[in-house]
Amino acid sequence: MTATEEIQSAADQRISDEVLMSVRNIRLSFGGVKALRDVSFDIAKGEIRAIIGPNGAGKTSMLNVINGVYHPQEGTIFYKGKTGLMKPHEAATKGISRTFQNLALFRGMTTLDNIMTGRNMKIKRNFLWQALRWGPAQREESENREAVERVIGFLEIESIRKTPVGRLPYGLQKRVELGRALAAEPELLLLDEPMSGMNVEEKEDMCRFILDVNDEFGTTICLIEHDMSVVMDISDRVVVLDYGSKIADDTPNEVRANQAVIDAYLGVSH
Amino acid sequence: MLYRETGQIKTDYKSDMAMFPIAQDRWFIYGCVAVAVIGLPLFASSYIIEAFLIPILIWSLAALSLNMLLGYCGQLSLGHGAFMAVGAYAAYNFATRIPELNIFIVFILAGLCAAAVSVLFGLPSMRIKGFYLAVSTLAAQFVIEWVFSTVTWFSGDNAMGTVDTPAIVIFGYKLESSIDLYMFCLVINIVLFVLAKNLVRGSVGRSWMAIRDMDVAASVIGIRLLPAKLLAFGVSGFYAGVAGAMYAFVYLKACDITSFDLFQSFNILFMVIIGGMGSVMGAYFGAAFILLLPIVLNITFQTFFATSGFAGLVSNIEHMVFGGLIMFFLIVEPLGLARLWSTAKEKLRLWPFPH
Ligand SMILES: Nc1ncnc2c1ncn2[C@@H]1O[C@H](COP(=O)(O)OP(=O)(O)O)[C@@H](O)[C@H]1O
Ligand SMILES: [Mg+2]
Repeated sequence: MTATEEIQSAADQRISDEVLMSVRNIRLSFGGVKALRDVSFDIAKGEIRAIIGPNGAGKTSMLNVINGVYHPQEGTIFYKGKTGLMKPHEAATKGISRTFQNLALFRGMTTLDNIMTGRNMKIKRNFLWQALRWGPAQREESENREAVERVIGFLEIESIRKTPVGRLPYGLQKRVELGRALAAEPELLLLDEPMSGMNVEEKEDMCRFILDVNDEFGTTICLIEHDMSVVMDISDRVVVLDYGSKIADDTPNEVRANQAVIDAYLGVSH
Repeated sequence: MLYRETGQIKTDYKSDMAMFPIAQDRWFIYGCVAVAVIGLPLFASSYIIEAFLIPILIWSLAALSLNMLLGYCGQLSLGHGAFMAVGAYAAYNFATRIPELNIFIVFILAGLCAAAVSVLFGLPSMRIKGFYLAVSTLAAQFVIEWVFSTVTWFSGDNAMGTVDTPAIVIFGYKLESSIDLYMFCLVINIVLFVLAKNLVRGSVGRSWMAIRDMDVAASVIGIRLLPAKLLAFGVSGFYAGVAGAMYAFVYLKACDITSFDLFQSFNILFMVIIGGMGSVMGAYFGAAFILLLPIVLNITFQTFFATSGFAGLVSNIEHMVFGGLIMFFLIVEPLGLARLWSTAKEKLRLWPFPH
């Protein structure tokens, strides 16, 4: 057995056969622009699934369809035993969290408040209890704070807890955004270019966090990434999009050897 | 070395999440409350109490009301003057039509009426934001003004649309002296401030700020935008309604729709901008600033210009300075006096070793 085969078989053992999400025949267009053309793929429970493709291929649109930000003209999604498209807040309550390609932090709030907001939907006491902030409401807030502190510890951002996020450098803001997504304790985590704009060291940290999340909490991850070496390192399976169509869906090694993928990346005309 | 966090180690999250986690802040607030409860009634003249302190207590509530909606939730309203009117007329009607009602119940009901109206005019926020929402709340201002000046039922069938409010009686004790009225306002003010502060630092406040800062991200983390926005309109309307009832019953001693016109809506907006968006303390700063500034300017310019024959100019210059200051804050310090205050505290924290 070669080294790569060994890695692959280890990955196969880790991933269960159970399908967590199945994206079926998604077509999405904006006026004349066809962002997604009949795209289908599965995400297995527990895997790290990558979506790659050149700029404008429709990767971000795909994540937006998955958690209900965009409404496709055709197609549907199967998730945790149910078929149907979700609204963004529904997707969140059903355990889908995400980060954005261009930071989408709440800029007027501190790191702590941003991450606390990631758990907002876990808070059950209504606004009257909160206005009194007494007894059960106080306890609930403390419990959520403890959970958030675990996320803060996990991401090693204790020192910026009370800093307004607008003042943080870009790489740390991305980490806080990951923290906000993790605070919801997601089953499926969607990451849109989590490493873009980072230096090598920051990228390594981010890779480590993504692998740890997958390992320690068993969170299924679907990520978009441009850096091929990162994709090769951390993902179990890769979907390749080009001009809105799926052109490959395989293990990282197979994808790398795929002629259609190479052509797409080199910009060979269609 | 007076203002430090060091040495104040928090052993649990509860104390870190206290309303004022830094001890010096806590003492400052206790000091302010002590002065307000004991010092001012003892030493302030009844003129000062009636002309300054009571208005500040009332308008700071109005500013807090709009601050929750605009500063925290990011929804602009130009109808807050009218929401105060709803509170004032509702309180008048409850108090006169059901005289046995306790005054606090009357004020709560008045707040609830204003909340309902505010939610109604907040419904368009489902579809529109920013400028267009401001226009829709402007419509609220005009519609409500029109209703109260034409439907005389609200003002006890008084053709003028203006009517005297009954005296405030608490458990058989009639509030008459300026200190009585001041204490009445102070109690309501403190209670509502504590509730508001709790609300904005809990999950409700976080959902409002999330909507303000980035609504797509807010919905993606599971916040339902419309209910959260309508809650902001409702809570804000409640506060505006109570402030309106206080303004009518304590300050004007009458219900008069012309006292709740668009000018007041703008005044409340200026209080929020100058005091500091997204700051509960800012509501006091803003209210005090807007109420005191015209007086300070007036005194200053009177002494300078009275003798030089330009007396007619004085009021115009006052308006210009007023407008200039608002523009200054919008451009230079959009977070207002509250921000200047916290910057000063940050400096103090480093003092006397700035490096
Ligand atoms: N909200 C939108 N309105 C109009 N066109 C859009 C929108 N979002 C994406 N598109 C278009 O869809 C295509 C795919 O975009 P996107 O999903 O962002 O690509 P990627 O993330 O792969 O770079 C692009 O041509 C883009 O211009
Ligand atoms: Mg993209």
